[in-house]
Amino acid sequence: MTELTNGPLSLELSGITKVYPGAVALNKVSLGIRGGEVVGLIGENGAGKSTLMKVLGGTIAPDEGEVIIDGQAVSALTPARAARLGIAFVHQELNPFSNLDVTANVLLGREMRGGAFGLIDRAAMEEKVRPILELLGTRFGPRDPVADLSLADQQLLEIARALSINVRLLILDEPTSSLTISETNRLLAVIRKLRDDGVAVLFITHRLTEIVEVADRVVALRDGCNAGELDRGEISRDRMVRMMIGRDVNQFYDKSDHAPGQPVLALKGVRTKAYPTHAVDLSLRAGEITCLAGLVGAGRTELARAIFGIDALEGGSVEIGGRRLASHSVPDAIAAGICLVPEDRKAEGLFLDFPILENIAMPSHRAMARGGFVDLEAETMLANASKDKLRIKAASLDRAVAELSGGNQQKVVLAKWLAMNPKVIILDEPTRGIDVGAKAEVYQLMQALAAQGVALLMISSDMEEVIGVSDRVAVMCRGRISGVLERHELSEEAILWLAVE
Amino acid sequence: MQKKDIGLATLVVTVGAIVAAVNPRFLSPINLANTANLIGLFGLFSIAEAFVIVTAGIELSIGSVIALIGVIFVDLIASFGVPWPVALAIVMVLSLLIGLLHGWLITRLKLQPFVVTLCGLLIYRGVARFYTRDGTAGFTFGSDFPMLEFLVSGRTAGVPHSVIAFALVAVGAWFLLHRTVFGRHLFAVGKNAEAARYSGINTDRVIIQAYVLCAFLTGISAVFFAMYTRSVQPSSHGNFYELYGIAAAVLGGFSLRGGEGSIVGVVLGVILLQILQNLVNLLGIPSSLNFAVMGSVILAGVIADTQFSRYREVRRQQIAMQALLDSDKG
Repeated sequence: MTELTNGPLSLELSGITKVYPGAVALNKVSLGIRGGEVVGLIGENGAGKSTLMKVLGGTIAPDEGEVIIDGQAVSALTPARAARLGIAFVHQELNPFSNLDVTANVLLGREMRGGAFGLIDRAAMEEKVRPILELLGTRFGPRDPVADLSLADQQLLEIARALSINVRLLILDEPTSSLTISETNRLLAVIRKLRDDGVAVLFITHRLTEIVEVADRVVALRDGCNAGELDRGEISRDRMVRMMIGRDVNQFYDKSDHAPGQPVLALKGVRTKAYPTHAVDLSLRAGEITCLAGLVGAGRTELARAIFGIDALEGGSVEIGGRRLASHSVPDAIAAGICLVPEDRKAEGLFLDFPILENIAMPSHRAMARGGFVDLEAETMLANASKDKLRIKAASLDRAVAELSGGNQQKVVLAKWLAMNPKVIILDEPTRGIDVGAKAEVYQLMQALAAQGVALLMISSDMEEVIGVSDRVAVMCRGRISGVLERHELSEEAILWLAVE
Repeated sequence: MQKKDIGLATLVVTVGAIVAAVNPRFLSPINLANTANLIGLFGLFSIAEAFVIVTAGIELSIGSVIALIGVIFVDLIASFGVPWPVALAIVMVLSLLIGLLHGWLITRLKLQPFVVTLCGLLIYRGVARFYTRDGTAGFTFGSDFPMLEFLVSGRTAGVPHSVIAFALVAVGAWFLLHRTVFGRHLFAVGKNAEAARYSGINTDRVIIQAYVLCAFLTGISAVFFAMYTRSVQPSSHGNFYELYGIAAAVLGGFSLRGGEGSIVGVVLGVILLQILQNLVNLLGIPSSLNFAVMGSVILAGVIADTQFSRYREVRRQQIAMQALLDSDKG
């Protein structure tokens, strides 16, 4: 078998169909891409983007349809074959080997050997890795241990890994979801450079501004089907959103004026593990959406964890309704009416294999129990009410949460807290990795909660979201609050200025 | 009753029927009573093991605890003349302390359950042997404790009291694991400890409670075993019982990764294992093959289970594909 691995690639997917029990993941999807082109692939979560990528990578076989590469139909695409053809992936989910260093990770499985015994030739490997890291402008070097890298650096590591093969088609699945603005810009520059070198780049993202910046063409998927295509000149945010959700989104950020009430939560000199020497003071008022903005690593998530009692406070106190939390544990925080929608939905927010019902009822078990016994009837009523209220799309409450789309999973996390009638809700990147439609629903819900007098604290790295949703923005920088902006002062520049200091 | 439990129940009945067909003595009242007695004895600590396994933990010291508690219980009564209710109270407190220690080491010192309980396995066995100077702890000839013996080794209407105790514990355990908040928290902690913490569950406390409960049931089991054998030889008494308990739990659908399983399953698992023991005796299979038979059946059961679920997956996939094709035509 001869496989052409030089020169620009041309790839054609036609009529790809993949069926899972209970869901049609892909229904006769077509997609074409050739060297020297950046194609943006957009669609809501569950639209079939990831499945399509897995077909391309050879990790799942389609039930029907053809993959044509360089004019030849490829029947059985395996990951090894895809790699030989020059198809490289940067996955959304990061899984580096944290026990190895950067070089070993980048060239994993393609270690270079040398000498009489065929031992690993470290010097040659580092020589190969260094220019790739320079191209990406990473802060880390070839010898740094991966365990110490931040999430954003790990993302760049994955990209370096993809670039280390003779890449002809680079597939990026949400590569910027944890990158800062400058890192994102650097990545977009790298994408442009690769395109100019004749590489085909398939770019999946929820951040539509990035598509506007780099894509030559946009392909949209909706419910597992092709939902339209736009050429360079036609690309606009509105048209992309319309293709993705099949309708107009009027007033994406429906911002109503809230009349802030009494202060509910007060942080007094709170010091966290991440920055034990920096004290944070902040107060949240009832009926107000406060946003905690800042760069990745500014200590926002750590602050949220400390308020919620996951991490012990290094100093200071958390007061709710003027009363200081006694022993400050998670159960105390919940009892006082604080709840947290965590950043890592799958690991911290949900029991993926458990039914939806069980997930929603989990924190309420104790409150609803009768003499220690679970009240199944009450829990079913609660879950049904939540399902209707939050419009959770699921065949039945007995289905495992893992079967739901990202947006619906997030609604389940929200549902479990709303059942507790919280006074303060902390949302850590509540819309990360969820589709446009579900995002709008989350925003609506946040507005409704604020209107009911709940104090909301949202951590977000999405500037549009920060400006679109918040009543007030507290900007964090290196563990301290570098400034608080009221609504009329909000602008991307003002926030950035405080965030980088 | 879950689907898995029905499959296991079918297997129990099938194996039972085969043994009965080949050797009718299987159904004789004496054999049934003896087998039932063993089911009761082994069932008590198998349920204990299940409570730990559901939290994604493991308890390897069950056999050694049974030996240690056994020698102390017998010795307190036989050598020190302690009244048996007092002796019972002492050994139960000791069992609880052992559970508390394991739970504390696992949650507060963050040690792995396998390591903690493996050390327990070695330590308690060694202490038991040292305590009796490697001799046998037994009741002196002619000694008699009618009340204790009636309660623990007696029968009511032909039913051994160990079976009654097992049945009571099983019913209690079923309610505890499947109907109480504590049970829900056990499953939650076993499935995803981090998410459990973020849901306001005190995971450390739940885990400690699981080990204490396990040790408590093991203690009860130890007293039953001591009175069953009437003399405790500490170097062999209870050997491998922990593996027996783990096997019953795994057969019963408990995942060693935690968060899965049912009490009905572990009860059926215990019954199946005892029928297999009985089968080896009744069918004239050399008793040296005892473990091999048991191991093979567990392996076959686990393989069948995974294959069935894979088959169901494929089947669902085909149905879904067919539905899509049909909708295209229509």
